[in-house]
Amino acid sequence: MIRNRKVLEKKIVVAVIFFFALISVFTTFGIIGVLIQETILFFQQVSIIEFLTGTRWTPLFATKKFGVLPLVNGTVLVASGAMFIALPLGLLAAIYMSEYASPKARTVLKPFLEVLAGIPTVVYGYFALLFVTPILKSIFPQTQSFNGLSASIVMGFMILPTVASISEDALSAVPRSLREAAYALGATKAEVATQVVIPAALSGIAAAFILAISRAIGETMIVAIAAGQQPKMTLNPLESIETMTAYIVQVSLGDTPHQSIAYQTIFAVGMLLFVMTLVMNIISYFFTKRFREVYE
Amino acid sequence: MNENHQVILETRNLNIYYGNFQAVANVNLQIPRHKITAIIGPSGCGKSTLLRSFNRMNELVPSARTEGEILFNNENIYDPSIDPVEVRRRIGMVFQKPNPFPKSIYENIAWGLRINGFRGSKSDLDNLVEEALRDAALWDEVKDKLDQSGLSLSGGQQQRLCIARTIALRPEVILMDEPASALDPIATLRIEELMQELKNNYTIIIVTHNMQQAARVSDYTAMMMLLNHEERVGTVIEFDRTKTIFTNPKDKRTEDYVTGRFG
Repeated sequence: MIRNRKVLEKKIVVAVIFFFALISVFTTFGIIGVLIQETILFFQQVSIIEFLTGTRWTPLFATKKFGVLPLVNGTVLVASGAMFIALPLGLLAAIYMSEYASPKARTVLKPFLEVLAGIPTVVYGYFALLFVTPILKSIFPQTQSFNGLSASIVMGFMILPTVASISEDALSAVPRSLREAAYALGATKAEVATQVVIPAALSGIAAAFILAISRAIGETMIVAIAAGQQPKMTLNPLESIETMTAYIVQVSLGDTPHQSIAYQTIFAVGMLLFVMTLVMNIISYFFTKRFREVYE
Repeated sequence: MNENHQVILETRNLNIYYGNFQAVANVNLQIPRHKITAIIGPSGCGKSTLLRSFNRMNELVPSARTEGEILFNNENIYDPSIDPVEVRRRIGMVFQKPNPFPKSIYENIAWGLRINGFRGSKSDLDNLVEEALRDAALWDEVKDKLDQSGLSLSGGQQQRLCIARTIALRPEVILMDEPASALDPIATLRIEELMQELKNNYTIIIVTHNMQQAARVSDYTAMMMLLNHEERVGTVIEFDRTKTIFTNPKDKRTEDYVTGRFG
């Protein structure tokens, strides 16, 4: 009897845990479902070709144009600028912490980096607008008050801890025996770091990079505050632009009536964001499988 | 030791510490050239620490500190003017667990040559790789799959690959830290046979737990033991021809250990 009760208890516990696991799965599917549904409604009125290839984005104006490329341009411009800062600095910081820093220095540095990751993004946004932009203006007088570059720079520093922390984990996970093998052949510290440890940790480093890119693409507050609201096809980072995320904020907070075509655009834009991140993750999956030096 | 062998490595009052803790005390050894010297003794008596002091590998542990001298061809390798990178190029090392790089078999050997300044043609490099693999008695088994990962080989083959990449640099001394302890008996035998061939051109120092192995392969044996059990400080208590150590040791503790009465 007691045995049966225990079996029953176990089954109930498993069922409860399973239920909670299902909630998170269903939430994800629910969000994707709503996205898809609204996106379909949107594409019943706007051609998908126009959406993906058009170079004018004016859904809130009287003459509506639904070419999403200016928003994609803004997102890619700001995100690539941020990666330009976050990737090299983050990787260098990770190499320093895992290969060069004394244990003491590491115990001080790592918490600092993690604090940097804990600053609310709205603070970064104001920092970009009120501190970085004036500096840019003093260097490049043609800089507009809202511009992509200040958002890029600040976003780069916001993402840096993510890159550094995950890369450092990957570098530290490379077994000591591999480093010893290299040192025993007369390798210098730099040779060990760049030619043995980094190749062996490549999958983790690539994961850090992809995660950082995803965060840069999805980052909202900094660009909403500092980058402007002008969807534009430009490669000039000193001009005011608009990213996909900033556009969604603009519409969500504005007085655009629900069920209107202008309102539905944010789901289409959100869907595109989702697909971009998904593609990135798939690329990283194949990339790491292909290029990683497997050490176990 | 008064035979005519040339001494290649000599330790003088060698003391090794990890932080405040002393691991090895007062070692004075003379390692003969082109011979196999075994370091034996119970677990935790500092055999590996002593071995790793010969190519300054201990320094990779931040807290490690070495006092005394190790003369390599009459030059102190712990002199501040000496670059440990250069020491390790001339005194190679093979580890307990095979640790090939996660690169191709070819690259495992070519990498060490390149970082040590090889600037010749591809065919010169091919020849050096082949030569190293032949010397390590591995060539016939891998010649058709040089581009496969070093990790695709069996444990014994991996260890011979590690030996190949070490001898590709033509070091003068090869340190072996229990090189066969992770291998099966047949693979172990192949490593031991290989050591006999290598000793014509190299000086080998091997740490081993396995007394039969020490008796089989080595010409000289250093017996290590803890000085006292509280502080766990190890030292060399006896050093002699292997035959003498195993048949007619001077120290009672050596006799107890090699006859299995230790403990």
